[in-house]
Amino acid sequence: MDLSLLFIQTLNGLQLGLLLFLVASGLTLVFGILDFVNLAHASLYMLGAFICASLTFVLGNFLWAVVVSLPITGVIGLLVERFVARPLYSRDHLDHVLGTFGLILVLDTLAHLIWGPAGIAVPLPPWLDGQIQLSETLVIPTFRVLIIAAGLAAAGGLFWLVNYTRLGMLIRAGASNRTMVSALGVDIQTLFALVFALGAMLAGLAGMLIAPITEASIGMGNNIIITAFVVIIVGGIGSMKGAFIAALLIGLIDTLGRSFLDDLFKLFMSSEAAETSAPAVSAMLIYIIMALVLAFRPSGLFPPRTR
Amino acid sequence: MQKLTRRGWLTVIVMALLAVLPPVFYLTGNAFYLDLATRLTILAIAAVSLNLILGYGGLISFGHAAFVGLGAYAVGIPAYHWLYYSWGDWAVNGLVQFPLAIIVSAVFALLTGIVCLRTRGVYFIMITMAFAQMVYYLIVSIEEYGGDDGLVIDTRSELPLINLDDPLQLFGLSYVSLLVAMLLVRMIVNSRFGMVLQGAKGNEERMISLGFNVYAYRLTAYVISGAMAGYAGALLGNFTTFISPEMMDWSRSGELMFMVILGGVATTLGPVLGAVSFIVIEEILSTITIYWHLPFGLMLIGVVLFVRGGLAGLLTGRGGKDD
Amino acid sequence: MTAVLEISGLNKSFGGIKATDDLNLSVTPHELHAIIGPNGAGKTTLISQLSGTQQPDTGTIRFQGQDITQIAPHKRAHLGIARSYQITSLIMQMSVIDNIALALQAHDGHSFRFIRPARGIKSLRDRAMSLLDRVGLADKADLSTAALSHGEHRHMEIAIALASEAELMLLDEPMAGLGLEASAQMVDLLLGIKGKHTILLIEHDMDAVFALADRISVLVYGHIIATGTPDEIRSNEAVQHAYLGEE
Repeated sequence: MDLSLLFIQTLNGLQLGLLLFLVASGLTLVFGILDFVNLAHASLYMLGAFICASLTFVLGNFLWAVVVSLPITGVIGLLVERFVARPLYSRDHLDHVLGTFGLILVLDTLAHLIWGPAGIAVPLPPWLDGQIQLSETLVIPTFRVLIIAAGLAAAGGLFWLVNYTRLGMLIRAGASNRTMVSALGVDIQTLFALVFALGAMLAGLAGMLIAPITEASIGMGNNIIITAFVVIIVGGIGSMKGAFIAALLIGLIDTLGRSFLDDLFKLFMSSEAAETSAPAVSAMLIYIIMALVLAFRPSGLFPPRTR
Repeated sequence: MQKLTRRGWLTVIVMALLAVLPPVFYLTGNAFYLDLATRLTILAIAAVSLNLILGYGGLISFGHAAFVGLGAYAVGIPAYHWLYYSWGDWAVNGLVQFPLAIIVSAVFALLTGIVCLRTRGVYFIMITMAFAQMVYYLIVSIEEYGGDDGLVIDTRSELPLINLDDPLQLFGLSYVSLLVAMLLVRMIVNSRFGMVLQGAKGNEERMISLGFNVYAYRLTAYVISGAMAGYAGALLGNFTTFISPEMMDWSRSGELMFMVILGGVATTLGPVLGAVSFIVIEEILSTITIYWHLPFGLMLIGVVLFVRGGLAGLLTGRGGKDD
Repeated sequence: MTAVLEISGLNKSFGGIKATDDLNLSVTPHELHAIIGPNGAGKTTLISQLSGTQQPDTGTIRFQGQDITQIAPHKRAHLGIARSYQITSLIMQMSVIDNIALALQAHDGHSFRFIRPARGIKSLRDRAMSLLDRVGLADKADLSTAALSHGEHRHMEIAIALASEAELMLLDEPMAGLGLEASAQMVDLLLGIKGKHTILLIEHDMDAVFALADRISVLVYGHIIATGTPDEIRSNEAVQHAYLGEE
């Protein structure tokens, strides 16, 4: 096994894990506090990517585009909250699922109408487009380092927000006791809308960060949302800590599984058998992990106390 | 025979129309409508099977398309080996393929059900979805069977007395299968087993304290439902003669759920009505614009938001009062 | 005479609060044994541990000599422990008779029977009707459960407990929320079945308890401070101090 490849793939796994965390944290925040299941979270991820792509061409700079796109996705989140989510809070989870499923169709088709069926590649400024030479054999793309740094910064910011700010205190209180928060004189509706917008911005940020690598494309969210579901199921729905640990775990396992499982299999089976079975097993790997976790802990690794 | 209720009459009328209209269209030169009816009928079987667990069992399964897809691949893969690896004629025999589809789906339902049914509420929704997506990615990863691009089924299942290459006969088999599926589900839900299943939907804790092992009943229903959907998949494979992972994408599962809910959960006719309205609306909208998903999605949201009491209200309010 | 139910050294805490504190209790065959106590004395926690929905921290529960402390709730039901709920816990979407028939199905063993229509099985229907007759609800058999009054729901709970022909019936506050007249009807109903079954009655309504019980145990802060006949309890000083004195 090639050590520098292992290093690179570990970085890639970390990058996937952090992107997953950005998506999953919004999901788990919205579910944990609002008790709302939002399938259309995936579309917010996609919209983030498209908006950022367009703005990159308008503003001429990717980073400025991210800065401007963030509040825009937040506003879209507010609109979704007001017109689809809020009327459904009092309904049961089945209605949430059906309503947001319809919303996905609407948002995906809108994206199709606005940006066309083809994907949009997002150019990076030259200083981000390069590579960092770590040693003679080891190079890593600068932008991947930025993704990891941005992901870590967002995760850190979120922890700070939830644990050390007044908004965070309200969020934590709101998760366990809605009437208490209302009694504190806080408008619970505003709080919920803010949480929803925050979740939208986090998902949008993930879409923006991945766009220069994969392009912005329709349906790009539909793949990551299921993996994000796996993340929050494994981590424990509603738990921010669980989402973080599970996201890194799933990101690393998925990436490393895809690149090294065939080598691993070759240790105890013929190389032909390994090459045919490894892709199939690595495609299922994270789901097998999820099943194993649930078999022993039906509410995930870190079940939140209130639920 | 007891006297038919109003809903009973509706069932008879709808099913009679479904039996008569498509062949009439076909024989008067509108083959397209027979195709539409065949697709609709097959999807209705899948919806009827989903209704057993979703409507009567109260289990919000978001992975039902996986069973359908597995059933289709159980037809396609042997046919592929028959063509390219000179497997014997048994590989394209419907009496092998259809039972295989049922068994594969049932085993998958059993294995995933063991895990899924340990969870509750939103965990159950997400985990059924995730397992379905696992099958999706599994199929994508197998290049031999076309991966992403799918697989053409060169030969339809060979059955005694029936020639599936004849559209009229294929429709006939699908229609009879739908009738049998409806009667089967009706029989199950009215049996003692079905009473326990519906009781557990109404009040799980009570059923446990009465001494029922609710988990075992639900798992059994889940396996039956999966097997029926697998059978529908085998029919679908024969109908489209092309199978791809896209058949089990989670949006397909969502559509099946919508059919059940639109038509009315926990009723015999509901899933059929749902499938009819779903396919007809889809067909009309998609001839008007290529962006038909937009009005369609808005319509779905509208149904959820504005149908009185919410759709889930129907789900809980009408249980056990079929006919 | 072996006790039907023998609880020894039962403890259960939530956080720092002891809901059950070294609780010992013995219920003899065919007695109606009532447990009374002020609000928050741990009555519901006790019944949850008996039916198995909560696990004690320490201690054992024996049913007819067998240790059932670790046994799953649905298996306890098979052994012969039936429970009624304080908050009415019927299957509201089903008809009255279907609720009772399900309880009978449970008693008959597993229900992996897929073919015969359950509502067409005459023996099941007849037995359900006779149970409804016993609790005075025969004329409401085909109504939706949701349409019945609160008092009638309580009577259904008793019919369901009877359906199991259980050795031990755990009745969790059957009078809760009932008006005067409905309470009196419930007392009559319980007087009618008393002596044929072993009943552990958890109840707030003092008049009902003293009218019905063979023996009474007084639960205060998760601990039983006295057990005896209604007369003994009435004259017990500790009880008067801790409990009756408040009234």
